[in-house]
Amino acid sequence: MTAVLKAEGLTRSFGHVMALNGADFEVGLGEVVALIGDNGAGKSTLVKALTGNLALDSGVIEFDGRPVTLDSPTTASRLGIEVVHQDLALAPHLNPAQNMFLGREIPAKGVLGWLGFMDNKEMRDRTRERLADLGGTVRSLSSPVGSMSGGQRQQIAIARAIAWADKVVFLDEPTAALGVVQTKNVLDSIKRVRDRGIAVVLISHSMPEVLEIADRVQVMRLGRRVATYDGKETNVEQLVGAMTGALSLGEVSNGKEAA
Amino acid sequence: MTTTAATDVEKTTDDDESGTVLQRLAGTQAVWILGVLVVIVAFFAISGGDRFLSTANFSLISQNLAVLAVLGAGMTFVIITSGIDLSIGSVLVFASVISAKLMSEMGGDGAGVVIVGILAAVVAGAAWGFLNGFLIAYAKIPALIVTLGTLSAALGLAYVLSKGINITVGAESLTDFGIYTRFAGLPALPLLALVIVVIFGIVLHRTRFGRHTFAIGSNQEAARRVGIRVDRHLMLIYLITGVLGGIGAVMYLAQFGTTTIGGQSLTNLNVIAAVVIGGTSIFGGYGSMFGTIVGLFIPAILQSGFVIIGVDPFWQGVAVGAVLIAAVYVDQTRRAAAQRGAPRVKQAKEGTK
Ligand SMILES: Nc1ncnc2c1ncn2[C@@H]1O[C@H](COP(=O)(O)OP(=O)(O)O)[C@@H](O)[C@H]1O
Ligand SMILES: [Mg+2]
Repeated sequence: MTAVLKAEGLTRSFGHVMALNGADFEVGLGEVVALIGDNGAGKSTLVKALTGNLALDSGVIEFDGRPVTLDSPTTASRLGIEVVHQDLALAPHLNPAQNMFLGREIPAKGVLGWLGFMDNKEMRDRTRERLADLGGTVRSLSSPVGSMSGGQRQQIAIARAIAWADKVVFLDEPTAALGVVQTKNVLDSIKRVRDRGIAVVLISHSMPEVLEIADRVQVMRLGRRVATYDGKETNVEQLVGAMTGALSLGEVSNGKEAA
Repeated sequence: MTTTAATDVEKTTDDDESGTVLQRLAGTQAVWILGVLVVIVAFFAISGGDRFLSTANFSLISQNLAVLAVLGAGMTFVIITSGIDLSIGSVLVFASVISAKLMSEMGGDGAGVVIVGILAAVVAGAAWGFLNGFLIAYAKIPALIVTLGTLSAALGLAYVLSKGINITVGAESLTDFGIYTRFAGLPALPLLALVIVVIFGIVLHRTRFGRHTFAIGSNQEAARRVGIRVDRHLMLIYLITGVLGGIGAVMYLAQFGTTTIGGQSLTNLNVIAAVVIGGTSIFGGYGSMFGTIVGLFIPAILQSGFVIIGVDPFWQGVAVGAVLIAAVYVDQTRRAAAQRGAPRVKQAKEGTK
């Protein structure tokens, strides 16, 4: 497997906290990589760094084998990298279609489009399709997303990321607010996205979920990767052991002491 | 546009933004407050009779609202981004002083003089708008502080430039336009204001620029993450608001033929009150141009009505204050109820699926 997105030795501190402390990471096209670790391990920070939402203190990020500087979300988007943040990053007063196409509004046809008018119907129709693909429970495309349940918002955020990601999509705890049925829908969508040849990075605290879907599992602890496992060959005990540091192999393979 | 399924599910939980277009409209603050306006008009129509309902009276009311409406168009954008512009009245005074001074120094009544006067006012307004926008969007100083500062600075400079003496406008072609010119029986200034408000309303509700304005007010971080150039957008909005202040200054000069340096101290608050009475959320993300117009008419109608039925017009201030607070209170409770109710009810529904 050749990595489409690869990171080496990323560091980033917030005051005295080393959120990333020499973190490595890689993901290839058409594979699902699960990123796991205890709260505060640095998963969200890593995702932010890899999606242009956070400046790094040091480290190298390569995309398609070339070093890149992801200095803004737009830069990442242009490379085909999308993300569903843990805090969702939807505009609560806007409706699902407006959120789906925010910053990428479809212009109206002809002169009107040139003047900045939008094709709201087209955007609504496409949003409806995308949400239907997810088997979602979002029924109203005209209600503000702020009035919807956590699960519905989650579906909208996921639909948006999947719709725009050509290469890599990051999902930071996408199923945390979801019920059983919606979780299954999200996992099915992840598989479909992977089968389209897109790289999927999934952050999750649910070990069964991780074991079901991940081709590889990367474990983070104290701001760096401490272990990588093949999704088919690992088990819950091993993963939890690596997360908590009960297993020593992570430390050994990494060779550095955490700050 | 929703499916019938959507109406069934959503209607019970939050009426305001879903269901049919009619249901949706009926739930908005702007329409609710339009009802209040209608009641007020009906009240004065009954108690004040023909004097209140006359064309002349409404002509006068709209004449008095024209400048405020132009300022309100910009303020609606500003407040939807969850910003504020306190400087707008001072900017208007400053721009009118610059404009009147230039015109009186040039003398005469030619088209050239008037054009210079208009351009000067617009540039002066734009300069203050630019300064506001730069300090708010790029220097990240809170809008309240920045515009409080420019409120004071613009007015101070207006006094310095005029030495505190009001400047009359000699260019009669400008003042005649403001007082006498009519199109299809409508006075020119309100008509101009209407055109500006409609254009800004369309931009706000129908274009990308407007959509991004709502998004920034709703969740600035979300807007940034999808690649909207938030800083530039905010900068533009304050700049445009300054330009509208300049246009308002020209309209003011056309209407009254003189600057009133000390006479605009409440303009900013009147405009902000109108925007908020019209249902635009002071916290950003929500609002309408239509609401602002309704919000402007309520104080104006109260003022005129009180005079006509012989109530001390100072009561207008009291009434407007009450309407302002009541409007925001009603809006807030309705919305809080929707927010509280929605997730629980909908979650339950999902669960049963
Ligand atoms: N913006 C920030 N400011 C200060 N500290 C932060 C910030 N973001 C993350 N951190 C800290 O960095 C560490 C890693 O956080 P995070 O990446 O969110 O962990 P995870 O997602 O794995 O739970 C935590 O100790 C957290 O408190
Ligand atoms: Mg996290």
